Amino acid sequence: MAVPLLYAVLSGFKSTDELSRNPVGLPESWVTSNYTQILGSGDFWRLIGNSTLIAVGTTVLIVAVSALSAFSFARFAFRGRETLFTLFTMGLMFPFAVAALPLFLLLRSLDLLDNPLGVILPQAAFGLPMTIIILRGFFRQIPGELEEAATLDGCSSFGFFWRVLLPMARPALGTVSVLAVVTSWNNFFLPLLVFTDSQWWTLPIGVQQFQGQYSAEYAKVFAYLVLAMVPALAFYSVAERQLVGGLTAGATKG
Amino acid sequence: MTSTFLPDKRTGPGAGSPPPVPGRPTGRSRRRALHWLTAAGFQLPALVLFMGLVLLPMLFALYAAFFRWGGFGMPSDYIGGENFTRLFQDDVFLGDLWRCLLLVVLSLAFQLPFALAMAVLLNQRMRGRAVYRMLFFAPYVLSEAITGILFGMIFAPDDGFADQVLGKVGLEGLGGEWFADPSTVMATVFLVMTWKYFGFHMMLYLAGLQAVPRELTEAALIDGASAWQRFRNVTLPLLAPTLRISVFLSVIGSIQLFDLVWVTTAGGPDHHSETMAVTMFQYGFKRYQVGYASAISVVMFGISLVFALAYQRFVLRRDLEGATTTMRGDGK
Repeated sequence: MAVPLLYAVLSGFKSTDELSRNPVGLPESWVTSNYTQILGSGDFWRLIGNSTLIAVGTTVLIVAVSALSAFSFARFAFRGRETLFTLFTMGLMFPFAVAALPLFLLLRSLDLLDNPLGVILPQAAFGLPMTIIILRGFFRQIPGELEEAATLDGCSSFGFFWRVLLPMARPALGTVSVLAVVTSWNNFFLPLLVFTDSQWWTLPIGVQQFQGQYSAEYAKVFAYLVLAMVPALAFYSVAERQLVGGLTAGATKG
Repeated sequence: MTSTFLPDKRTGPGAGSPPPVPGRPTGRSRRRALHWLTAAGFQLPALVLFMGLVLLPMLFALYAAFFRWGGFGMPSDYIGGENFTRLFQDDVFLGDLWRCLLLVVLSLAFQLPFALAMAVLLNQRMRGRAVYRMLFFAPYVLSEAITGILFGMIFAPDDGFADQVLGKVGLEGLGGEWFADPSTVMATVFLVMTWKYFGFHMMLYLAGLQAVPRELTEAALIDGASAWQRFRNVTLPLLAPTLRISVFLSVIGSIQLFDLVWVTTAGGPDHHSETMAVTMFQYGFKRYQVGYASAISVVMFGISLVFALAYQRFVLRRDLEGATTTMRGDGK
């Protein structure tokens, strides 16, 4: 499993010449210029910056909107609640590709192409179902007495949500945030559609373009791939518990 | 149990008091209206986003599928079901269906059992278990684009890692064009898919295995059950809910596969690795046959939906809630 990753890291330290002579072993002399050249270029950092901006924007939006909705699903009885919830769960089965064309046209008519909002808003919309489901399950576990006590103390429903529920739900909010960040960071299709201007490209798009541009210089492309993997892997090693916990929490319940 | 705000406790279903008489405003009905408005207010942002950017585009795709339309202006050239009849005479699309089935079968036959075996193995107390878990799950965190390009280079003909290694150990004959040869391209795509996603399923199973009480397998051991019998008769049944969900996600993922194929082969050589989503993209964004591409979208959605509903009805029954707490590529 690790062989492809190791291979990429080592290859990045070779010259393209050496790579074709000696694909498997350690580099004869460790060439660092592949890595340093990329790290020294503004383009690479701009991609990271764009990806970060979009991931953060998406995450904040998904979590805020989903928390409100999940709160209402978990804590209010209202007419049409189950129907509405079913509608959201159905959303999980909607392949993004199905909506891609009309979404593109919609974004075009809203003048959101080549605009980070053109990626953030749809990503958030497609991320809602899963986030709402996880948060609803969590909000339901918080005892009703707390709510009654808060209400008797004169807390409005939003006050309870804001001052009691959200602080208590921190672990769940962490989990859904990590999921949202990873999904956004890896998204390829949507940024591909929305950003024609390279100024807004995200990391996956940048990697693809780089590979196209330097397809003959294998060692360079490997170095680029490795550097592009670093943020995701670093984030994963920090947030592993939250990520795996979030993925498995619901799946084992059944 | 769902707890609700105080006003509703008295008017909710099952409450002893009769519902307020309609048309005669009472303090209670006003309070109830207020309650409804509050609930709706919390739902509003989510609804606007979801309706506007998920449901509306979906419905529009359904509408556009009945037009000959290049994607400019509004569709006006209504052609009824012509796009759909054309679809089922289109060799590429029929091939997509076939390849989709192939990926589903391969995943269920190889990828998931492999993931299960690794999960059972890693569930033992052993050295470096945490490291293996990290390692196997890591590819899932990498984007499809990066994974795809990495393997595109590993499986490059002649210069690529795979061919060179095979050459070094004297197995040149096994090497070849990988992604470029129609007869091996799907196997190669499947290999990359497995590398990328099997860790995800393994993690699901590991979580499921944690929930299997140790006493049960120990009791079976005392009763003289072999390792296989313990697995077959104790562990597996208890893992069934997790397995059902993993199968569901795997099938839906295969139906909707796009990124990995797009980056590695873009559907080539000569459509031999195209998936429905790739064909849709080709027609919609490269050849400006948006009406026709929409029809592909609709069929793809139809297949997903029919599968999901049937699976939910016959297999998952009521544990849908579990099935849904998992991420899709966003797309996925």
